[in-house]
Amino acid sequence: MSFFQSFKLALQSIRRSKMRAFLTMLGIIIGVGAVTVIVGMGNGMTNYISDSFESMGTNLVTASIQGRGTSRTVDVDDMYALVEKNPDVLSCVSPTVSVSGSVRAGDETSSTTSVTGVGEDYAAIKRYTVETGRFIQYVDILRRQKVCVVGSYVAKEYFSGNAVGQTIKVNGNAFTIVGVLGEEAESEESSTDDAVYIPYTVAAKLSWTGKITSYSFSAASEDTVDSAVTLIKNALYKVYESDDYYTVTSMTEMVDSMESMVNVVVLVLGAIAAISLVVGGIGIMNIMLVSVTERTREIGIRKSLGARQKDIMRQFVIEAGTISAMGGVLGIAVGYGLSAVATKVITSMMSETITVAPSGSAVLVAFSVSVAIGVVFGYLPARKAARLNPIDALRYE
Amino acid sequence: MGALIEFREVYKLYQMGDETVHAVDGISMTVDKGEFVAIVGHSGSGKSTCMNIIGCLDVPTGGQYLLDGRDVGAMNDNQLAKIRNRMLGFIFQQYNLLPKLNVLENVEVSMMYGGIPRGERIERAEAALERVGLTDKLRNMPSQLSGGQQQRVSIARALAGDPSVILADEPTGALDSKTGHDVLHLLQELNREGNTIVLITHDNSIACMAPRIIRLADGRIVYDGPSGADGSVVTAEEAVAQ
Repeated sequence: MSFFQSFKLALQSIRRSKMRAFLTMLGIIIGVGAVTVIVGMGNGMTNYISDSFESMGTNLVTASIQGRGTSRTVDVDDMYALVEKNPDVLSCVSPTVSVSGSVRAGDETSSTTSVTGVGEDYAAIKRYTVETGRFIQYVDILRRQKVCVVGSYVAKEYFSGNAVGQTIKVNGNAFTIVGVLGEEAESEESSTDDAVYIPYTVAAKLSWTGKITSYSFSAASEDTVDSAVTLIKNALYKVYESDDYYTVTSMTEMVDSMESMVNVVVLVLGAIAAISLVVGGIGIMNIMLVSVTERTREIGIRKSLGARQKDIMRQFVIEAGTISAMGGVLGIAVGYGLSAVATKVITSMMSETITVAPSGSAVLVAFSVSVAIGVVFGYLPARKAARLNPIDALRYE
Repeated sequence: MGALIEFREVYKLYQMGDETVHAVDGISMTVDKGEFVAIVGHSGSGKSTCMNIIGCLDVPTGGQYLLDGRDVGAMNDNQLAKIRNRMLGFIFQQYNLLPKLNVLENVEVSMMYGGIPRGERIERAEAALERVGLTDKLRNMPSQLSGGQQQRVSIARALAGDPSVILADEPTGALDSKTGHDVLHLLQELNREGNTIVLITHDNSIACMAPRIIRLADGRIVYDGPSGADGSVVTAEEAVAQ
């Protein structure tokens, strides 16, 4: 009996007991569906992370200095000198100084708006665009001008779009707005658009310590990111003579480490979901064993008509594999359906767009695994059927 | 040319607890091609075991069984399956049709295992069903047929494989006497057309339909001869008494 005939036989037998076949499949459907959705969510997260980091610039390298006593220091000029001496590796640098405190625009106070002191190249490093007005310039830094550039959220929310020329107060100091940045994150609260940028020299004064401890570099190109990291590390090591007092990270490293974190989470969740595949497999084995007992007489008749052990074996293995594969296909469909629902739910709940997208390879793996489970768990019942003694099987009532 | 079926001192012993049961206790016999033989005996006489051995469903524990000159006792499971498929046609008391297949498909099954292509399979199945007079029932399910019709389907199934031997195990056991006689007449006709038929029954009146009778008791042959002869209908007890 050919494979095709065995397959037809399996379909016939499944069609005869649809309800039972469906219930048998359920474990596989749930398992494959869950794996599909979880992998899809992982993909969505990874895409979301790399998209949002890419918009910040993958050439970005940040250095943050904890410092070691007062004798060993690195100042802004050292960093600018580093960039100037290595134009083939680094293209520009900007000190960054975070200022904590409140922001007042007119009579409204914002606690979510971030205030950062930056250099004139900061917009280029972060790939921000200036929508209206201008960015912070060298002269502002030199003269410690109280000017600022605001993100699109601040401009829209507090100045209804006409921000340039207005004033905004940071910890009581009035800053004149000279520019508005283009939209980066759909102008939402607490996002990159909810920000105020001031000259770093001014920020250093506002932050009391007066020290500048953090720098953003832009590597000359994506290919020089790694050498830029090494270069900056070496320069800092010369000063501090230990790598415990500073950290240098590139955006690509951060993306990589975040993606690998997501992957670990997906792997763990996927493994949990895969347990249901094993449970589904046991369900298939159970039903196939019942089916072999029920069909003992049929097996006897087939053997008397000349079916070899191999034929009977194949009939039952293919039947189990087919049930499992159908469960796999349904599970994939369920997985895609749930993914679409999950995308909608996440989007409406988190105000971020994360597309839950199951990957083709994951679907292929899920399908092959489900077929394999059917074959593996169908093997034992099939062997039991194949080894039945035809005389006893024929007499079985 | 040798006999189609040849038993040479065939034994079949079972272990039942401490006791050894001699189900077949040294039977020697031959059946030639084209014969119609009835194997008769009470339950426990060993006729079912005999049938299982002839049908290659079981192998003897001692002696030799030659089917068409080949020693069946030395065959493995696959070879036995092949012999059953190519050389034997079974007719059972309970018909043993596959309930989920229609009449035509039931007749096709054994040819499917024999690897006969679909076109030829259908042709042969239809011819066999025509032979038993069921041309109008090809698409019916077995449950829609009467007992006699179902038995004729199983005869067609046996015929379609073009076997060397047709083995009929109590073929009339589940039928009323009239339908039973029709089935027996059909078997007689098939024999006249050249088929070798071995009929297994406990019923003397049915056994008489065969020209030759082999009577078994306690695993031994007590009579082997024409059905018309005096000794053909003696009971086992009488045979033992003789």
